[in-house]
Amino acid sequence: MQPSLQPPSPAQLFVPPHVTKAALFLGFLKIGLIGFGGVGPWARRVIVEERGWMAEADYAAVLGFGQILPGANTINAAVIIGDRFQGAAGAAIAVLALLSAPMAVLIAAAALYDRFGSLPDVRGALSGVAVGAAGLVIGTGLKMARKLRPDAIALLVGGCALVAVAAFRAPLLATVLALAPIGVGLSFVRRSPR
Amino acid sequence: MKPGVLLALAKTFGGLSLVAVGGANAAVPEIQRQVVGRLHWMDDGAFAHLFAISQAAPGPNVLLVSLIGWRVAGLAGLLVATVAMNLPSSLLAFAAGRAWRRWSASPWIGRLQRVLGPIAVGLIVASGVVMARTSDHGLIAAGLTAAVAAFVVFSRRSPMWALGAAAVAGVALNRLGVGL
Repeated sequence: MQPSLQPPSPAQLFVPPHVTKAALFLGFLKIGLIGFGGVGPWARRVIVEERGWMAEADYAAVLGFGQILPGANTINAAVIIGDRFQGAAGAAIAVLALLSAPMAVLIAAAALYDRFGSLPDVRGALSGVAVGAAGLVIGTGLKMARKLRPDAIALLVGGCALVAVAAFRAPLLATVLALAPIGVGLSFVRRSPR
Repeated sequence: MKPGVLLALAKTFGGLSLVAVGGANAAVPEIQRQVVGRLHWMDDGAFAHLFAISQAAPGPNVLLVSLIGWRVAGLAGLLVATVAMNLPSSLLAFAAGRAWRRWSASPWIGRLQRVLGPIAVGLIVASGVVMARTSDHGLIAAGLTAAVAAFVVFSRRSPMWALGAAAVAGVALNRLGVGL
């Protein structure tokens, strides 16, 4: 540790707040209900920007960890974040809050679609949302990248992950298992601060 | 027949839960292979409709699995499919999360964390690109995707506005006879 050489990063200055069970429930309920086109982008918005539960880098690390585990990424992240603030009960509360409301909405939407899905306007709106949802995911990734202020190693491993999966459809597990040791290794090699 | 269907739902999605690395969207081709190809619960068209609804509706994308369960065996099917898909992976995440926190003082974990963040960001952008390529069929759609992405990056307003605008654009283009 050489605290004098570099200013502390925002993650080190961040003091995690106390988050009650009720606040966890309401926060994840909101994430589930507004989570159009997948929950990831909205989870970041609520947890980091709106409620200030976690610092950007911390949230990205939890998300990255949730991503290398099997299963839905945001459910995994909800388990870990819920556990961090309120133990096992918090994990259960976060997951149930995240799933319950959208499940009801989804069933209603499916019933509506059965009735009105053949209408041209409904088809148009659905394809518009599908195309927009892809942009939402891309934009969220770019925003996170900008806020993390990546150094050369981060740019390298993040860029490699992007190209491997987007251009070559590399399997996710293999991508992460290959890039993580490379990044950690490089961080040992490059000792001197920029 | 119903208990058999419920058992098949539990076995299919319970088996997927611990191998679905990369989240729900990454598992969609495998889910389709099982549900359409192996179990013949629906055809490709019906599957595509369920997928579109799960993308357009709020909530985690893994709810596609709940929707399949509901379609195949009603409320019981929905519950069985949802629990089977999410419980094993959640228990693993719980244990792994605690182990991770316990070792977080180790410098190795610190370094790993600083590397995993950027990798996750790269993967998120990549999954958006892959989604765009499966749902975009032309320049207009690609432009719409780029516009929503730019809105998210540069505007502080809720991204819901951009998705709403995309829905309106989809309707308008459809009425003009320009498919997306």
